[in-house]
Amino acid sequence: MDGVLEVASWITLILGGAFCVVGGIGMWRLPDVFARLHAASLIDSLGIGFLALGMALQAGLSLVTLKLVFIVLLVGLTSPVATHALAQAAMHAGVKPRAIESPGAEEDA
Amino acid sequence: MTTVGSPEIELLLNAILLLLMVVAAIGVIRLRNLFAVVLLSGVYSFLMATLMVALDAVDVGMTEAAVGAGMSVVLLLSVLGLTRTREAPTRRRPIVPLIISVVVGIALVHGTMDLPPFGDPNAPAQRHVAPEYLARAQVETGAPNVVTAVLASYRGYDTLGEVAVIFTGGIGVLVLLAGLGRYTGLRTRPPGAPDPGPEPKPVPLMEETVVLRVAVKLLLPLILVFAMYVQFHGDFGPGGGFQAGVAAATAIILYGLIFGIPAARRVAPMRVVLFMIPLGVLIFAGTGVASLLLGGNYLDYSVLSSVPRSGQHLGILVVEFGVFVTVSSTMLGIFYAFASRPPRDGPEPS
Amino acid sequence: MTDLLPHFNHWVTVILMVVGLYAVVARGNMVKKLVGLAIFQTSVYLLYISPGKILGGTAPILSEAYTVYSNPLPHVLILTAIVVGIATLALGLALVVRINEAYGSIEEDEVHEADGP
Repeated sequence: MDGVLEVASWITLILGGAFCVVGGIGMWRLPDVFARLHAASLIDSLGIGFLALGMALQAGLSLVTLKLVFIVLLVGLTSPVATHALAQAAMHAGVKPRAIESPGAEEDA
Repeated sequence: MTTVGSPEIELLLNAILLLLMVVAAIGVIRLRNLFAVVLLSGVYSFLMATLMVALDAVDVGMTEAAVGAGMSVVLLLSVLGLTRTREAPTRRRPIVPLIISVVVGIALVHGTMDLPPFGDPNAPAQRHVAPEYLARAQVETGAPNVVTAVLASYRGYDTLGEVAVIFTGGIGVLVLLAGLGRYTGLRTRPPGAPDPGPEPKPVPLMEETVVLRVAVKLLLPLILVFAMYVQFHGDFGPGGGFQAGVAAATAIILYGLIFGIPAARRVAPMRVVLFMIPLGVLIFAGTGVASLLLGGNYLDYSVLSSVPRSGQHLGILVVEFGVFVTVSSTMLGIFYAFASRPPRDGPEPS
Repeated sequence: MTDLLPHFNHWVTVILMVVGLYAVVARGNMVKKLVGLAIFQTSVYLLYISPGKILGGTAPILSEAYTVYSNPLPHVLILTAIVVGIATLALGLALVVRINEAYGSIEEDEVHEADGP
């Protein structure tokens, strides 16, 4: 296929994968539920978005691209709702946000 | 494109997914928090579904994702809600089970040494019945999806037995949990629990979330349309009665989780569910009887129409619809049984 | 590379089988036993589907663009097995709920003690 399109699709696929990895590392290293939800939403939005864009560039204008658009729309509808449900459940369970202690934090607040 | 990727990449993908599954499985054993165990089992099922797609078993992958990562997790979580969520520390010594497991593992590994290498196109498994099915399925039944053709037509007896098994499992759960005792005379209510009354109040937490309610109302028709698409497109692409049945049941279960079980019961009443559970088995078995009455063998769909090929296609459609009816109503009935069970009062044994 | 590890799939299948078997035998919590049984069942699915795969083949949905298809027969058998597995899991969980109501516990040791000698 066209060279530019191929290179662009590879770049977006690698970017998508990189965002998924960053989101995963964030879910591991961040201190509490609410911060981890931020990292998880990174995977759902940027990760899936770039991966779908890369796959759509590979597939060209076809039924596959249409299905990918539907998938991205579905994830765009359900992922924020799921994040909201998780955060609300955590709040009702009594989880308090924890901050990483760092010197100088009191002056910034 | 006619090439399907390189073997090295396929093997690498395979290896990564398998290693992740082993990690998830070991995590299931080691964790004490049962809630985390249940969610990890959902992750494990999703990894298995992805691996199935990587191994070209697309129908199986869809079913495993719907059943293992969807229904299983919902049922396990509802049981955790009725019992407890932490595992007690084991008081038994694990050395004997460990030795047994390791010995069994070594024996099995020794057995696998004789299996043909992975991915070999000349293996005996690829050379007897499979090429016949691949060559004849579309010609004889009109369905490009060979798995659907084999499932519904060539191996229709097995599928009839499977629908009967689902039916039996659903009836078993309903008898154990849902108070069908007025038909059987067996007492099924727990000894110390209060009588829940005809309409238990909905959980206030879920009622006050506008976002969830609106999102579910938007999603519900999409899920049902997708279930219908999977059902009727199952001849031409991945899909079929099982996947569609679980997806349709999932739609009503989602509605019930957010709006409360009484609201879900108004949409899909228990009477209708109880009526539909055996209806699918009847449709399937009835198609076989219809073939008998029209002069063919049992479940020989060729006689259902003047042209054998369209008769086969018609038979596959009807039979898959029967599977859909039973699977969806059984999954929904099982969910109702677990969700309507009143929580137990007090820890003392009866 | 393709004949570097011809049996990797089968070994991982055996590992998963052993993990599931250990969970069923060694752990006393009934929910964990059922989850271990589910892991055991999924490893058997893997055992059936791995030999059906042909490297370079595609899913067994006939079309003009492809000539090599993976074996459709294990897919049919495992479709049946998956749904039978969920029926079994549902029945097992119903039994766990009733045991909990009768004995107040889902730990096998506590249930045995409550039953007495």
